[in-house]
Amino acid sequence: MHEENDDILEQVTSSEYKYGFVTDIEADEAPRGLSEDTVRFISAKKNEPAWMLAYRLKAYKHWLTMEEPKWPNVEYPPINYQDIIYYSAPKQKIAPDSLDDIDPELRKTFEKLGISLNEQKRLSGVAVDAVIDSVSVATTFKEELSKVGVIFCSMSEAIQEHPELIQKYLGSVVPPTDNYFTALNSAVFSDGSFCFIPKGVRCPMELSTYFRINAANTGQFERTLIVAEDEAYVSYLEGCTAPMRDENQLHAAVVEIVAMEKAEVKYSTVQNWYPGDKEGKGGIFNFVTKRGICAGAHAKISWTQVETGSSITWKYPSVILKGDYSIGEFYSVAVTNNFQQADTGTKMIHLGKNTKSRIVSKGISAGKSQNSYRGLVSVAKNAGNARNFSQCDSLLLGDKCGAHTFPYIEVKNNTAVVEHEATTSKIGEDQIFYCNQRGIDTETAVALIVNGFAKEVMNQLPMEFAVEAQKLLAISLEGSVG
Amino acid sequence: MLKINNLQASIEEKEILKGINLDIKPGEIHAIMGPNGSGKSTLASVLAGRADYEVTGGTVEFMGKDLLELSPEDRAKEGLFLAFQYPVEIPGVSTTNFMKSAVNEKRKYLGLEPLDAAQFLRNMKEKMKLVEIDQSLLSRSLNEGFSGGEKKRNEIFQMAMLDPKLAILDETDSGLDIDALRIVANGVNQLRTKDNAFLVVTHYQRLLDYIVPDFVHVLYKGRIVRSGTKELAKELEEKGYDFIKAEVDQEMA
Repeated sequence: MHEENDDILEQVTSSEYKYGFVTDIEADEAPRGLSEDTVRFISAKKNEPAWMLAYRLKAYKHWLTMEEPKWPNVEYPPINYQDIIYYSAPKQKIAPDSLDDIDPELRKTFEKLGISLNEQKRLSGVAVDAVIDSVSVATTFKEELSKVGVIFCSMSEAIQEHPELIQKYLGSVVPPTDNYFTALNSAVFSDGSFCFIPKGVRCPMELSTYFRINAANTGQFERTLIVAEDEAYVSYLEGCTAPMRDENQLHAAVVEIVAMEKAEVKYSTVQNWYPGDKEGKGGIFNFVTKRGICAGAHAKISWTQVETGSSITWKYPSVILKGDYSIGEFYSVAVTNNFQQADTGTKMIHLGKNTKSRIVSKGISAGKSQNSYRGLVSVAKNAGNARNFSQCDSLLLGDKCGAHTFPYIEVKNNTAVVEHEATTSKIGEDQIFYCNQRGIDTETAVALIVNGFAKEVMNQLPMEFAVEAQKLLAISLEGSVG
Repeated sequence: MLKINNLQASIEEKEILKGINLDIKPGEIHAIMGPNGSGKSTLASVLAGRADYEVTGGTVEFMGKDLLELSPEDRAKEGLFLAFQYPVEIPGVSTTNFMKSAVNEKRKYLGLEPLDAAQFLRNMKEKMKLVEIDQSLLSRSLNEGFSGGEKKRNEIFQMAMLDPKLAILDETDSGLDIDALRIVANGVNQLRTKDNAFLVVTHYQRLLDYIVPDFVHVLYKGRIVRSGTKELAKELEEKGYDFIKAEVDQEMA
């Protein structure tokens, strides 16, 4: 534990964005801008079947009729969608048979990120589907997974190899028409991950994907689909880092989860994209739609997120509780510093009877940042005995930042019990002094107090992520207390 | 060990300490007594380096160093400990984790290897006995929902873990029942060696029945107006502070 703390201290004192390096790989790019031709180019690049192209084109046409949402509590300059490169693939001469065949530049990138695939393979028992820019370059543990019937592959591969599953489930939880960014994603998504756990199978390892935005001006449009059949279980980890860039980069991902009867899916995210510099220049626009459906009775979906990066975050991982007795959970830590803005929360849609949801949101604001929790708890007319508990806590560092809470509650069944608790607190001088008096310097004290504040959520993270997430909290708040 | 020379300090322009002189040697226990508002807690806070107070004059030497030049955390790592009158709550951080950070920060400062989990645990178990504290309390969020007695015992436990050269106990007896008082005092007495020293700040003589001081000083209006042995404390207990106030006010008039 304490080595971790030392580590945190060391990282806190080195203040450059740690993951700000650019890999020099020859890119295979789409021309700048978005048109029907761009969509066709992407689809052709990926050798997609006709139904997939049709899906994309339909989404694109719908997107043309939509407008960017203006309701989030964030401000940013207009995005020029014609100035974005929608497809960029690292050039690989031959498809790699093993990790050894992978471009050494890519390997180095992974090593800098601390996710050496060899190490992963040898030590951790975590299968990693590593995505650099838009094409999956390595998938490990595939064999072991296939023994139990688990499919874990890139979305491109799934479209080729498992078209029946993709056609059945893609867009079934988040339709292309859902919102502006899902329409955009559905039209131009480049790659992502597909995960299928067949009936009765408990996935033998935690599945993990590392996303990384690489080529300059490349919008990243990831697509993730997880399907857990009856009584299946999977824990899925998503971790993100991005190189430092001056231009803002758009990221509009879509994640869909389907959990059948008695299935359980745990989805954990650590998001550490470039937040922009101290003056608020640069950084990632993270406009993500994540949604799961508990399709069968007694299904459970649990979202855990630690969001420290991006200049703007707009995301509401949601659960549709359709099956009776199904359970939805949302655990979130969102940190904003300097000029970051976050508008994040969840939606719990209770449709089935005796459904339960739990929301724990911890917002930490520092610098001149704005941090909003926005959540909807909806109980439909037929959802008897629905139960929700929400807790939204905000912690402020300094007096130039803002914390906001927008809870929406819609209850149409009078047997529902919906509870909402909210607190706002500041790190006190007396807490800092108490730590100082025990020999703990202020920077470490802040990390300690913040990690304590976020503990309930951090405890939900798998071990592999918990340590990294703790460090991230410390790093993203460095210099925020004078 | 600690040499305070003509120390003056104020808060928000109001002068609280008006020239304190005190010399503490290893192995000694000093008690600072005085009526409310005399500056007892201010003295403790100034020594620990609380930023609210401004030192306006005088010097403090601790272990041969200029104490006032050191940051609060460096004072702690040099071996100065303050048992708080009002221990602060830190939600979500257990005493165990808090102490792990504190102990290893100190070890790093002293150029020692950090303790591994097993060593730390062994050390902790040993110190837990001193203040009759149990594991469940140490796993809870620091001071959150602790009773008055638990908070004070926890302070003494932390003191034991950090093994300071000079420990300042700021009204550690306030809010304690007689059993808790005995436990706290017992802990302090067991930690006493010929190399460390204690500065016990208290309003009442009661604590000094259990922690027997070598010297007793009376603080009044920001100055030490009387110094003596434990007999002075007894006298104060019998006569109250009024007789000293009267004497001093007369001298000053």
